[in-house]
Amino acid sequence: MGEPTTKGKTAAPALPSIRGVGEMRHLGLLGALALLVVVGLVTRPENFATASNMVSILSLAATIGVITVGATFVIIGGGIDLSVGAVMALASVWATTLATQSYGPVVMAICAILVGTGAGLVNGWLIAYGRLVPFIATLAMLVAARGLAQRMSDRKTQLIQAENSAIVELSTTRWLGIPLLVYIFALVVVLGWILLNRTTFGRRTYAVGGNPEAARLAGIDVRRHTMLLYALSGLCCGVAAILIMARTTTGSSTHGDLYELDAIAAVIIGGTLLTGGRGTIMGSILGLLIFTLITNLFILNGLNTSDQLIAKGLIIVVAVLLQRRNLKERAP
Amino acid sequence: MSDNVARRGFLVGGLGGAALLAAGCTSNEPAAAPTSAAPAPAPAASGNDQPGTKVTIGFSAPAADHGWIAAIAKNAEATAKQYTDVDFRPVEPTNDINQQISAVESLIAAKVNALVILPNDGQQLNQVALQATAAGIPVINLDRIFPDKLAYRTWIGGDNYGMGVAAGHFIGKQLKDKGVADPVIVEIQGIATLPLTQDRSKGFADALKTYGFSVTAKQDAKFTVETGNQVATSLLQAHKKIDALWNHDDDQGVGVLAAIKEANRTEFVMVGGAGSLNAMKEIQSGTSVLKATVTYSPTMASSAIKLARLIAQGKGMSDLVENQVPQSITLASETITKENVEKYLALGFES
Repeated sequence: MGEPTTKGKTAAPALPSIRGVGEMRHLGLLGALALLVVVGLVTRPENFATASNMVSILSLAATIGVITVGATFVIIGGGIDLSVGAVMALASVWATTLATQSYGPVVMAICAILVGTGAGLVNGWLIAYGRLVPFIATLAMLVAARGLAQRMSDRKTQLIQAENSAIVELSTTRWLGIPLLVYIFALVVVLGWILLNRTTFGRRTYAVGGNPEAARLAGIDVRRHTMLLYALSGLCCGVAAILIMARTTTGSSTHGDLYELDAIAAVIIGGTLLTGGRGTIMGSILGLLIFTLITNLFILNGLNTSDQLIAKGLIIVVAVLLQRRNLKERAP
Repeated sequence: MSDNVARRGFLVGGLGGAALLAAGCTSNEPAAAPTSAAPAPAPAASGNDQPGTKVTIGFSAPAADHGWIAAIAKNAEATAKQYTDVDFRPVEPTNDINQQISAVESLIAAKVNALVILPNDGQQLNQVALQATAAGIPVINLDRIFPDKLAYRTWIGGDNYGMGVAAGHFIGKQLKDKGVADPVIVEIQGIATLPLTQDRSKGFADALKTYGFSVTAKQDAKFTVETGNQVATSLLQAHKKIDALWNHDDDQGVGVLAAIKEANRTEFVMVGGAGSLNAMKEIQSGTSVLKATVTYSPTMASSAIKLARLIAQGKGMSDLVENQVPQSITLASETITKENVEKYLALGFES
């Protein structure tokens, strides 16, 4: 990210402030995370700081985490993807129909990824070439994908058959005490980080989100890039579908309900601007971990789900207020 | 320009390829078709099943994406088809109150002989049920009750409090037999704000109290596999040793069981709720922590159709003395264990 290349010219002016804000925000997020850890240590000393609890927090975060990586790209690129939860549900259902299951676990995984990417491409095509507003195009996909998932599964929960238990083993097999799906989550985060920070694709994403017109004048094919961003988000939903299948041993049209809100909230808390052009993967992941940690703490302490929602709402507001202040301070 | 065409080609090719690859994978026809016959475990030993006056029965239910409600619609239809004298008239299932009201209105206008309604919300559909009754159409209220007794002829439904009681007794007895003192009892609810959930929890607590036990911790999921999995994952962390766990709903139970297997926990007894086929198979296997499930059976829809037919034809229930069908029927919540699961398998619904 340090060396400005010719390709990154348009994005270059914005970069210093992105990095600055990013680091500032990360400090704040790490502080919030540390605070939650302290709360956990004080309230449930015997349960919280155990290795197995840490592992279950990461396993819980993995599914939405993968989706959040895709959502970060879309939002930095100036768009929004409301269809993530529904697309994940559709991919999980499609990959667990008896017909798909007859081809074995590898085809099931490929099917989930293809369905996710396909839905993402449709979103992207409608937005980039069909000139639909992202909110509307992905809202339409949310409704339609959920409906298709229900139709395909006949509103039933589709169990993964015993002969395809390789999928479930992603959740039950552990390396060094950590389930495979956490490694997949980590891999997606690392790949996402590289893609955003070390490639032309990433620079173009910032450029397209920051100022599409300038990006276009600089020779970036903005429409094609926009379409690819949604396809990437769909791809992440496909991967997330594999993870949710592994965790729940099922595909279901009810999977991923309101994931879009959790993913968007995590991205916003992480310091990414909804208007595009700024944001980081690490911020989004920290935002997500804060949310997951809250859920975990509430359940460990036997507290009410409703209070948990209130806490999450407050955190979103506080995060955005802080973010705005930081931006003002940094403005020349 | 050529670049543009190539790109388009890529797009079409990509989409087409994905569609082709995936198109073969949408089928859900099982290798061995499950028996789709309507549950008819206890054939009436009277002339009531003989064809009578031809009647038209209207049916309206929510479209919730949940195995239980799917089973409700399927059971109703299958039972209606068993009778040559029943013209079954279902309306498009919907989760929208407004749409369900107009659907019921259309059935009233069609002058059906009886209406079976599982309302999205009893309170909100009360008015239209009153209209039906005023138009001389007997309303058979399925499960979610209308607050106004004038609105329906007969109510048939499950016993949420009784479910809790059944689960509480099973767990209480198991723990007492084992001689566990001060047991850790965990409860995973459905949607906590619903009255039915609160009834279930109250029944559970009341039954446990008779053994001197109480619930250690409870958390709500949302009746889905995924939420069940999430809640169970954290609850298992919060309680390193559990003696018994009651999960209100077998649909979300699939997720709960996945979490238990992942955590490798076997030290406790788990009881389910509703009575899905999956749960019954787990119980039958004998190797699962799931030892029992307490029913809240969607077979009630079959019974509701039978009642509607009897009422429309002016018949009573042959085993009872009275000439007319009773005003309300509360189904008992039955406890399914390894010992009696055989008898229930045919009634299990696919979640």
